[in-house]
Amino acid sequence: MRFLFERDTWQEVYDSLTKNKLRSALTMVGVWWGILLLIGLLGSAKGLENSFNRLFGSFATNSVFVWAQSTSKPFRGFQEGRLVQLKISDAKKIEENVDGIEFVVPRNRNQALVVHDFLSGNFRVAGDYPLLDKVSKKKMIRGRFINQTDIDEKRKVVVISEEIYKQLFEKDAEMIDKYIQLNSMNFKVVGMFETGNQNMGPTDDMHIPFTTFQQIYNLGENIGFMMITGKPEYDIVQIESDAKLILRNLNNVHPEDNRAFGSFNLGKEFAKLTSFLTGMQFLTWFVGIATLIAGVFAIGNILLITVKERTKEIGVRRALGATPFEIKRQIVVEAVFITILAGLFGIISGGWILIALDNAFGQGTDAVLVNASVSITVVFIALLILVFLGTLIGLIPAFKATSIKPIDALREE
Amino acid sequence: MLKISKLHKSYPIGDSSLHVLKGIDLSVEAGEMVAIMGSSGSGKSTLLNIIGMLDEADEGEYILDNVPIKNLTEKKAAIYRNKFLGFIFQSFNLINYKSALDNVALPLYYQGLKRKERIEKALFHLEKVGLRDWATHLPNELSGGQKQRVAIARALAANPKLLLADEPTGALDTTTSYEIMDFIQSLNDEGKTILMVTHEEDIANMCKRIVRLKDGVIMEDVFVNQVRASQYV
Repeated sequence: MRFLFERDTWQEVYDSLTKNKLRSALTMVGVWWGILLLIGLLGSAKGLENSFNRLFGSFATNSVFVWAQSTSKPFRGFQEGRLVQLKISDAKKIEENVDGIEFVVPRNRNQALVVHDFLSGNFRVAGDYPLLDKVSKKKMIRGRFINQTDIDEKRKVVVISEEIYKQLFEKDAEMIDKYIQLNSMNFKVVGMFETGNQNMGPTDDMHIPFTTFQQIYNLGENIGFMMITGKPEYDIVQIESDAKLILRNLNNVHPEDNRAFGSFNLGKEFAKLTSFLTGMQFLTWFVGIATLIAGVFAIGNILLITVKERTKEIGVRRALGATPFEIKRQIVVEAVFITILAGLFGIISGGWILIALDNAFGQGTDAVLVNASVSITVVFIALLILVFLGTLIGLIPAFKATSIKPIDALREE
Repeated sequence: MLKISKLHKSYPIGDSSLHVLKGIDLSVEAGEMVAIMGSSGSGKSTLLNIIGMLDEADEGEYILDNVPIKNLTEKKAAIYRNKFLGFIFQSFNLINYKSALDNVALPLYYQGLKRKERIEKALFHLEKVGLRDWATHLPNELSGGQKQRVAIARALAANPKLLLADEPTGALDTTTSYEIMDFIQSLNDEGKTILMVTHEEDIANMCKRIVRLKDGVIMEDVFVNQVRASQYV
């Protein structure tokens, strides 16, 4: 391997590449294009994945929402069309009896007229447990989320979204420990969170303690809906059907009544997207590597032509005492060098493409591509593949070059 | 220096084969300057190529500097070529993207010499052929005579025992031819053994010995009174 560190080896490579600039450039375009495409495609796929992740990011993805509707089958003396009401005890029973449950979070929601000084509006108010923060992560900008003491003491505190703050407060006004009126009751603002992604449907504008909500709306044990989160290793579809079966049992609903409880399975939707993404990534790799191989073959092809063109030169070199091994080595070094060089250019311009993509599609909260990027490991793997293929493809012209007898190479036309 | 006996060589042409050399016996002593003459197809170039180890004989013996040249692998042949032989070609065969200096230094590169040493030696030989000032020029910036002198410097660089020239003046005009021959004669005066193929009488007469080939056999092998090229220059 010592020859790799000798100036002469590289002088030879430099000479033969720079004295034939067009040829070298054309050779490099193939590999450059291949790696550019690979990086562009992989980066875009990653960006798309990131944007999906951001869409679901604030939710535990292994979750299902369950709410009550009206029955569609008569059962145990009840008529069909009866309205079913979920209770806190239902949530507790599900948590106790279904396998693989991480949390069950009962929730309530309502509209409320909210007033602060002279500003007012109708907003969505949710009554929540601190646990909600685990299922649907809230990014707190100021203050805190609802805590257990708020629940225990039924405190009149409220956590508002940034959006509400903008509508109810003067610009740059302090909001923590200020009071706002909800349906003519004073609530103290204890925190402000970043407005979530709108793509996941309407989000809640403000959260108050679950117990406070129960009291002011006089709900008793009734709940609006619940969010069930499964442990990562459990199948969320199974959990959903188990939970619904228990709910039917508890609420005197026919076991085959599918309409009594509505649900939205986030896990199932997420799995669909994930498999779509996996498919896309596979396609990306396939296209990228195929292009890369095509590029390397282009190099081999051009080197082969070059060898034909250089037959005489190779003959002269051999007459001057170059061994076949030295000739082969030189051609392989040339091939590998040119592939790596083109590969590096490809990586750099691939990076520019990703920057351009990020500028065009990666800005703002509803960006199509979020942080379109390629991991450095992937880049190195691609480079390694290039080196390997470069060596392999360099061997073909190298053997061709030394299979010609020096006498044939030198013979006058 | 060089001893050849009963050398045969034939080339396959389709189903039949062409018998080019039909038993050549030739021995050359150190310090000789031999011209091999013959019309085209007489086998003179084939003989030179076998002597130059660019080609291998089918039959017969070839001993160069007491080393029997037989069953050569490509690698061994390359090493022998580098050590024993210097080549001068009709069409110079310089590498066109390398400077005169780099062309001359090439055989030294394959000898494994260090760069500094190579450049030193190459410059010395360029000086000898009177082209030191042209060291950095590319072959296409040189005249035919200059190119051949660079090629001679390259052939000399590895300090070979035997200099082989294939029509060294074939691509040059008369004046330049005589200049080159004058230079080759001076090399011979210094003791180099030289073997050249030519079909020009006047050039052959500038050697010390003429071997005439016809149809693959030696017709005539005579020592001649050398004509000095310097009288024409």
